[in-house]
Amino acid sequence: MENQIQILVVCTHEGIMATILRLIGNNTAWHAVGATDVAETKDLLKLKHFDVVLLGNGLTEKEEADIVDFAKVRNSNTKIIYHFGGGSGLLFGEIHEELAGK
Amino acid sequence: MKNTIIHRANTRGVADLGWLKSYQTFSFSGYYNPERMRFGVLRVLNDDIVDGSKGFGDHPHDNMEIISIPLQGELVHKDSMGNEAVIKPGEIQVMSAGTGIYHTEFNKNDTEPVKFLQIWVYPNKRNVTPRYDQIAIPFNERNVLHQILSPNTDDNGVWIYQNAWFNMGEFDAGKEINYQLNDKANGVYVFVLNGDITVNGQHLNTRDGMGLWDTDQLNIKANTDTQVLLMEVPMEL
Repeated sequence: MENQIQILVVCTHEGIMATILRLIGNNTAWHAVGATDVAETKDLLKLKHFDVVLLGNGLTEKEEADIVDFAKVRNSNTKIIYHFGGGSGLLFGEIHEELAGK
Repeated sequence: MKNTIIHRANTRGVADLGWLKSYQTFSFSGYYNPERMRFGVLRVLNDDIVDGSKGFGDHPHDNMEIISIPLQGELVHKDSMGNEAVIKPGEIQVMSAGTGIYHTEFNKNDTEPVKFLQIWVYPNKRNVTPRYDQIAIPFNERNVLHQILSPNTDDNGVWIYQNAWFNMGEFDAGKEINYQLNDKANGVYVFVLNGDITVNGQHLNTRDGMGLWDTDQLNIKANTDTQVLLMEVPMEL
């Protein structure tokens, strides 16, 4: 859909990534793709616009900072979410809160 | 009072999946209330009832301190680190999910429900190595608070990656206690497991919750025989 919120999920854990993508996919207003490392994340950020970058597990602080810097330079409006919990009951609340600007 | 918030039991979110009834103090899964996102770093306080032989199948977690406190019945835990355990009332279980963990939780009994609290606290460090621990708490003395969780590996109770302290206790009607915060910058979330209490002048009943901050101590009076859980947590992520 054209007006879907575009979400880039970055997560090194295959199972958790699958869970997060499946859960986000349950909301038809959102569309998510995944990246498993910094290089893939940057490639995707170069290819298209993302409204949200959701940082999942497995990245070092330096890698997280690198991704945040890269995403913000490309588009300062991109929202960054540090995801906690592992594709669990917190995911929707985290995204809703960030999109609402809280 | 500006430094308090009260969550009455009947204002919690409710998820009813048939086999699971979950009363949720803060937004969780299908329950989303922007006014109920967390109390400081305390993010989840679910009061769960699971039918006999039912439970949560294999599912992942990461970057969260997950504490389970059984209230009735027995819960079977298995995880991807090879831990297999049964937890029951008088025990507390903790998982630091860190870089990622899978686990299952099932009611051990075929017919009777298991009741337990599932509590999630944001960690103060992301992507730690996952860990699991489970200990028995010697709740043999009434009218005192028993520390069941702290940030310290060599202290009473389990430990987590957060500057938090949990205490539980059973009190006779008429007893009064003062709780001194370990860290004045923290807040305290009081959850009434059973009974009727007064906290700093506020009346609370079974399963009511009350958060307090900008204070260094609180006064709790048991109006009936009661059981309470105190969760002292940092107020900032």
